[in-house]
Amino acid sequence: MVKPSLEPDSIIDGFRIEQQLHRGGMATLWRVSRPDATMPMLMKVPRFSEGEDPAAIVSFEMEQMILPRISGVHVPAFVAAGDFAIQPYIVMEHIAGKTLLARLRDLPLLYSEATAIGEKIAAALDDLHRQHVVHHDVKPSNIMFRSTGEAVLLDYGLSHHDQLPDLMQEEFRLPFGTAPYMAPERLLGIRHDARSDLFSLGALLYFFTTGVRPFGDSETMYGMRRRLWRDPVPPRRLKSDYPAWLQEIVLRCLEIEPAWRYPTAAQLAFDLGHPNQVKLTARSERLKVDPLTSVLRRRFNRDLTRPRTQPTLAAQLASAPILAVAIDLTEGPASLNDELRVTAERILATLPSARLACLNVLKLGRITLDKTLDEHGHSKHIDRLVALRHWAEPLKLESQRLTVHVLEAIDPASAILEFAQANHINHILIGARQNSVLRKVLGSVSARVAAEASCTVTIVRRTHVARSDKTLVT
Amino acid sequence: MLIGLFADIHANRPAFGRCLAQARDLGAEQFIFLGDYVGYGAEPDWTVSIIIDLVAEGAIAVLGNHDSALSNTRVQLNAEAQAVIEWTRGELGVAQRRFLADLPLTREVQGRLFVHAEASRPPSWKYVVDATDAARSINATSAHVTFCGHIHKPALYSLSAAGKMTAFTPTSGVSVQLLPGRQWLAVLGSVGQPRDGNPAASYAMLDTTKCEITYCRAPYDVDEAAARIREKGLPTWLAERLFVGK
Repeated sequence: MVKPSLEPDSIIDGFRIEQQLHRGGMATLWRVSRPDATMPMLMKVPRFSEGEDPAAIVSFEMEQMILPRISGVHVPAFVAAGDFAIQPYIVMEHIAGKTLLARLRDLPLLYSEATAIGEKIAAALDDLHRQHVVHHDVKPSNIMFRSTGEAVLLDYGLSHHDQLPDLMQEEFRLPFGTAPYMAPERLLGIRHDARSDLFSLGALLYFFTTGVRPFGDSETMYGMRRRLWRDPVPPRRLKSDYPAWLQEIVLRCLEIEPAWRYPTAAQLAFDLGHPNQVKLTARSERLKVDPLTSVLRRRFNRDLTRPRTQPTLAAQLASAPILAVAIDLTEGPASLNDELRVTAERILATLPSARLACLNVLKLGRITLDKTLDEHGHSKHIDRLVALRHWAEPLKLESQRLTVHVLEAIDPASAILEFAQANHINHILIGARQNSVLRKVLGSVSARVAAEASCTVTIVRRTHVARSDKTLVT
Repeated sequence: MLIGLFADIHANRPAFGRCLAQARDLGAEQFIFLGDYVGYGAEPDWTVSIIIDLVAEGAIAVLGNHDSALSNTRVQLNAEAQAVIEWTRGELGVAQRRFLADLPLTREVQGRLFVHAEASRPPSWKYVVDATDAARSINATSAHVTFCGHIHKPALYSLSAAGKMTAFTPTSGVSVQLLPGRQWLAVLGSVGQPRDGNPAASYAMLDTTKCEITYCRAPYDVDEAAARIREKGLPTWLAERLFVGK
């Protein structure tokens, strides 16, 4: 078979080659078109000939296996793959614009901007992890944004798919990736932990908010291995105005032990979206790196650096859901709220990494001008936050597992649905009002939430007590 | 074309019946049988008859060590397996026994090698336990993909052009592309006596157009298969192990 030539205006399998966009160490990118295609496309052609890096072949094989299996706004859409025996290539959606690399000259960014970027990347990672993929090369040049705002993750050549053979695992003794962003466990050969991506995002956030890379940019093995025992300089040491909550988030992402980081990207996105509810631990207060004694202990404590078996990616994610419980504080019997608490307790008891967001909707009138203060001058909003905490108190949750939110809205069902969507909620608990006048007038909030939510919804009712006027059939 | 592949049926009628029906529902047009039609299970007559019929219609079948033991007393089996083979000799007619005795050790069709055990020395009936065994098997053939069974645990190995092995435990129902740049060894789980902790019958589907393999599981009526084993007075452990897939 004759190998088709790659030059502008040549045609490969119906794709017209237009312009070379990039020539990298492992692949060349071409802009391509096809008469029937509606979206802009690019063709990735691996560079492998005699003497080229064998990693180029394997990473191309991995990307060719993974890309057709993932979908959604956070990944470039897969179009076609070429026959390996003739001309290997992948055609995918061409995302317009520049990668996050273009922002490097603007560093450090404003905290608010860096946080917003981080939240979008965390949302993209959550979506990717739920599709069984650990990215393993989260860095500015692999991140773009759609015009609608969502982050898009590029380049799956180093990725691990939970349900496919990992060709990178066995092929190379040295870890492949980008040194400044690589998680410490990667240096031990661990490739199936999604929390490695959270470490990389933590390194990116640190860099984008301080202008300094947390582990430098050494590419020597020693330089990289150092992160197995040496913690980064706390950002507050570098910048006196560094917010405590942001340091809490960044240093939690950069924990050496994966289990000490956020359990899921969704939980990280949640904290980035709600800075005032981040629990401030000792991490947020640190101004110095750990003393030499702890570093030495860490370095020679084999247990910390011992690779360990762990459940699959899907099981890991399923063990750390975000639950939202909608509490009605104004109407209906208190016992329904008790029933909601019992249901929440049952779920939280089995999942120690789950967290709970308590919601209450402060209903605004359609026409009337709303007062946020009641007749005694109290803030209704604050009163309700207090009431939500009071409701949750018997659950005895550690504060990092609990957040409370009062949503001001005209339409309660929409407010709950929007909150669930924006915060990657996995499971909503909501009570059903029975025989209420309001329900007759307004329709059922719970029914609409159950019908329209994109996650699991549990409708909670008070257990019906048999009335005495019914005959008991024996 | 979709091909259904089955290994280690071991005379388990409910399991084999379920797998065949499921594979047909999925669109299988061709069947490959990787040996060990008899032994352990209680319905060798039915099983071998079905295989003979399907081979007459174009299916491919190779020889397994239990099948070989029927006519070759030098084949070593453990005591329980040996007892079942002795019983099986009294269950199969001349034509059935001759059919099994005449089966080839290997068949190679369009770059695909079919064999019961590790392919470097098929008559030795070696297990493929790990990547080292798999490498020995792959190095003994030029076939792009080798399909075998024998160990009753599904696994998928590949050898890259650079000589590196990868090992993988397949996820059932998820297809894997058998990339052309490397050689593959697909070890099938067992239809009639799974030993990977999952009692559901195990088989595989190959899509020759996309060059993709999908490992499949078919839950079947284990109670019935176990009852048959007990009725025939075969070792009871052979019935019990079906419930736990060990």
